[in-house]
Parts: sequence; structure tokens; C-alpha cells
Amino acid sequence: MTVSTATTAISTAAQVARTDRRIRLLRRTATPVIVLVVLGALLLWLSTLELDSIEQRTLNWEYIGLRTVEHLNLTIVASILVAVLAIPTGIVLSRTRSRFARGFVLGLANIGQATPAVGVIILLAIIWQTGYTTALVALVIYSFLPVLRNTMIGLEQVDPFVIESARGMGMTSQQVLRRIELPLAVPVILAGLRTSLVFAVGVATIATFINAGGLGDMIVNGLKLQRFPVLLTGAVLVASIALLIDWVASVVEDVLRPKGV
Amino acid sequence: MPESTDTAITQIAGQRDGARIVLDRVGKIYPGQDAPAVEAFSITAEPGELIMFVGPSGCGKTTTMKMINRIIEPTSGSITIDGRNVLSLDPNELRRHIGYVIQQIGLFPHMTIADNIAVVPKLLGWSKSRIAERIDELLQTVQLDPGTFAKRYPRQLSGGQQQRVGVARALAADPPVMLMDEPFGATDPITREKLQAEFLRLQESIGKTIIFVTHDFDEAIRLGDRIAVLSERSQIEQFDTPAAILAQPANDYVRSFIGQGAALKRLVLIPVENAVLGAASAAGTHRVTIGDSLRDALDLLIVTGAPAIGVVDPAGALVGSLTVDRISTALGADATALAAARNDDGSPA
Repeated sequence: MTVSTATTAISTAAQVARTDRRIRLLRRTATPVIVLVVLGALLLWLSTLELDSIEQRTLNWEYIGLRTVEHLNLTIVASILVAVLAIPTGIVLSRTRSRFARGFVLGLANIGQATPAVGVIILLAIIWQTGYTTALVALVIYSFLPVLRNTMIGLEQVDPFVIESARGMGMTSQQVLRRIELPLAVPVILAGLRTSLVFAVGVATIATFINAGGLGDMIVNGLKLQRFPVLLTGAVLVASIALLIDWVASVVEDVLRPKGV
Repeated sequence: MPESTDTAITQIAGQRDGARIVLDRVGKIYPGQDAPAVEAFSITAEPGELIMFVGPSGCGKTTTMKMINRIIEPTSGSITIDGRNVLSLDPNELRRHIGYVIQQIGLFPHMTIADNIAVVPKLLGWSKSRIAERIDELLQTVQLDPGTFAKRYPRQLSGGQQQRVGVARALAADPPVMLMDEPFGATDPITREKLQAEFLRLQESIGKTIIFVTHDFDEAIRLGDRIAVLSERSQIEQFDTPAAILAQPANDYVRSFIGQGAALKRLVLIPVENAVLGAASAAGTHRVTIGDSLRDALDLLIVTGAPAIGVVDPAGALVGSLTVDRISTALGADATALAAARNDDGSPA
């Protein structure tokens, strides 16, 4: 009786574990599969169309490839800059006791985020210059906040008793930060990076307005010249990139999350 | 500074079997507060002694303890461990030689049990093989199978198991001094009793000087060599052995802290062999062992309703009998002996 119950319990547990794994596998594979299906459908549809000369100028592999590379370049370089700038700022801010400094920097980052992206990018272009660098700076300003805030929250949510025991064991504050606080904050910090990456993909479409390229070119051209296939291709590509980047980030999150947490 | 930090630390660390801790008029005033949290606290813990700080929440007992490893910096007074002034040492170096266990345990959730235990030895620069050996040894000491537990993460362990790892981690570098802040407070009563028993056995073999903070007077009686009963601002109301405090509480505050049943609690501390045993022929059918406490004997008398019970030695041979009267006499004799010992010392009752 007891033995059979125990066996049932074990097999149920195994089943749960198996379903868990299946769900995780599904979540892992669903996004790329959907993106591939959508892109395939787009390609199929485009191949049935008679393209006029204007459409042919944009709907070819070389043009699309260039715009995509520009778009990815903007997104990724901006995200790396954000990571390099916002994570250390978050760490420094979480160390300071000064309410004013924290409020000031968070407020500034909030303004960057709250201002419409078009506004930031065009204002910068007016007072500075057009082109890639300006677009990059605007993107960094715009996606700074999620990483900054998540770094601070990630460090603050570390169990104070874990920190106390680390101090009580004779770790220096540097060692506590590097060995205990940062590893435990990694999941939250990565979630912030993921958010800002996806932001950046969307906002990078606006770079076209200040002559910084990207897939925004296709969307705006398609709109202005009333070429629906061009507009749609641009839009679908941007959406696909956003989904894929989010997916890659989620995989990285799973890999980098400390074990045991 | 009269001497280099390094030599002082080594000398504390070299003292494996407990060190003398002296707190002299130690005080703590938090900035912006008028009343001190701890005021002129003086106490001496002899090497290998287990000192209990008992008091209600907020009396400053934890603050007092945390000043010894400088998690909280005292604002006045001096603290020495084996004659070395703690306040002149590098706090991080100092803490590596003082075991520290807190109620919330504070295991590092992203490290395996083995890595948790290895933290201080790594900080001290031990070799890998020495650390691995030590982890095995310690896990066995706290009765966790190294093969099963070393590679697990803290959240895969029960509360009691985690607390054992907490103790093992604090013992890792074999510190002469341990500070324990209600280490068993968050566990259920059954686990707590088990952990306490294991801890007593452990202390018998390792002989550290331990400062142990608790609000549970029964725990203090059970574990402590000496108990400091503390009131507001960490004032010492009485500092004595458990038996002496139970027999002669210094004042009403201590009496109220002991609560009901002081006599019963004292019986726990007196072994059967201290009583004058009756004739073996009077023993009924029930038996206690000579090493048991008088409380066990009384328990048996009440449960069975027998007028007398037999006392056997560890080998099982009948050596005498006990009655309620004899237990009561033994309790009285114990109090007289305590009072006599006190007068010999010349210290106030």
C-alpha cells in the first residue's frame, strides 16, 4: 500500500518534471519558430508580387541586408553603452547614502525615458548634428532607465541577512559586492537589459528621421511613396528583430542566472 | 597601536581552544538618540566558556554581542580577546577569526553547501585540498552526509539542515571565539531541541568560547555555562551559573524572567547521583539511570504513581532507590551547597 503510493508519487513527480521541461522547451522554441514562419510567409507573398521600379530599389537582398545591419548596429552598440554606463552608475548610486544624488540621477533617467523618443532624437539633431552618433546618443538616453533602475533594485533586494553574514565572516565590502550582491542581482539586472534592448530595437526605427539609416528607412519610404509591400516588409523585419533579440536575451538570462536561486 | 595588526590576529587565531573575552564598560550610543542602546557593559568570558545573554527583545543583547566582532562599532569602552584590543585590529581580519551565526542563517543562496563552508578558509588563503578535507570533516561534525549535501544549494535543505550548515560554516576556520545570535530561534520546537542537544555535544568536543544570545530562558539554562540576565540598555541583572540563578534569583526582574516552576527547572540540572539514594530493596519496578536528571526521575515517579523507583548504574546494576521526598531533599541540599560556595567566594549573594 505505502510502497504503491510512494511509486505513484515518484511517477507523478517525474511527470511534473517532464511537463515542466516540455513547457520550457516550447517557450524556448516558440519564438524563433513563429518568427521564421512569419518571415517565410512574407517572402512567399513578396515573390507573388509584380514589383515596380521603386519597390525593386528597396525590396532586394542587398538593400534589406544593409538596413538590417544598420539597425542591429544601432541597437546593439546602444545597449552595450547602456550596460557599460548604467550598471556602474546603479552600483554607485546604491552605495551612496545621499537621497539627493539618487533622486537626481533617477529623475534625470526618468526624464530621458518619459520624453517621446522622436522628441529626444530630433531635439538632439537640431542642437547638435544629424547622423549615426546622434541617433546612438538618443538611444542610450532613452534606454538608460530600465538598466539603472533594475541594477539598483537588484542590489537592494538582496537579503540583508545574507549580506550581514558575509560581513560577519570577514569579507571586505568589495568582496561582498562582487561575490554576493552582484551575482544575486544578476537576474534583475539582466531583465532590465532585456527591456532596454527591446526598447532600442523599436526606437532605432526613428533614426531614419535624422539620416542614421536602419529599417526605419523602409517604413518611412513605404509610407511616403505609398508602397505597401515596402512598408510591410520594414515593419515585419523590425518586429521580428525585436522578438528574436528578446528571445536571445531570455536564453542568456536562463544561462547566467546563478544556480540555486 | 602598540603592536602590528598581523601578529595580534595570528595570536588570536592561534588560540584554537577558546580565548578569554573581556568587555570593559562597553557602550553604544546611536547618533541622534539620547539614551544609549548599551551602557557600561562589563563581562569576562573564560576560555572555553559558553556564556548566554538572555533578555527581552530590544534590551540590547544582540547589539552587545555584535560589538565583539564590530558589526556594530562601540562608542565607548574596550573589548579584548586574549588580551588583544579588538578595536585596534582590522575588522575584516578580526571577523575571519570569530565564528558568526545568526538566526536568519544567511547562507549564500547562489553557492553550494561546500562553497558556503569554504568562504572563510578561502579568504584565509587555505590550499584547495585542505579546504576540501575541512568541508568533509565539518559536514560530518554537524551530522550531514558530505556525499549527499556538499553539492546541494541552500534552498534544497530544510531549516534545521540549513542551520547546521550555518554552524559548520562558522566553525570552518576553527575560530577560538563564536558569536551566536538566536541560532535556533527560527526552527520548530522538535528540531530546536535536537539542534541544542547536538550543539551541546559539539561544544564538549571543540571547547570554543561562545557568546550565545537568546530570549528563551529555558534554552539558556540548557546550554549555558553561565547566564547573563540582561534588562534595558543591556544592564546585567545577574551573571551566574544556571543553577545559582534558579536557586537564588538576584531580584524580581530575574525572578520574573525565570517564570513559573523554578524548582522544576533546577531539577533538570541536578543528576540523580547527587541525591542520597534509598535502599535498593525499596525500588519498585521502574528504573532511571544514575546519569539522568532528577527531573526525569520525578517525571517517572509521577507518571507511574509508584512510591519509589530504582536507580541503576550505566551497566544496568541496581544501586539504590528514589522517592519524591529524597528528590526534594536533594533540591534543598543543592541550594545550600550553592549558597555555601558563594560565601566561600566572598561574592555577594
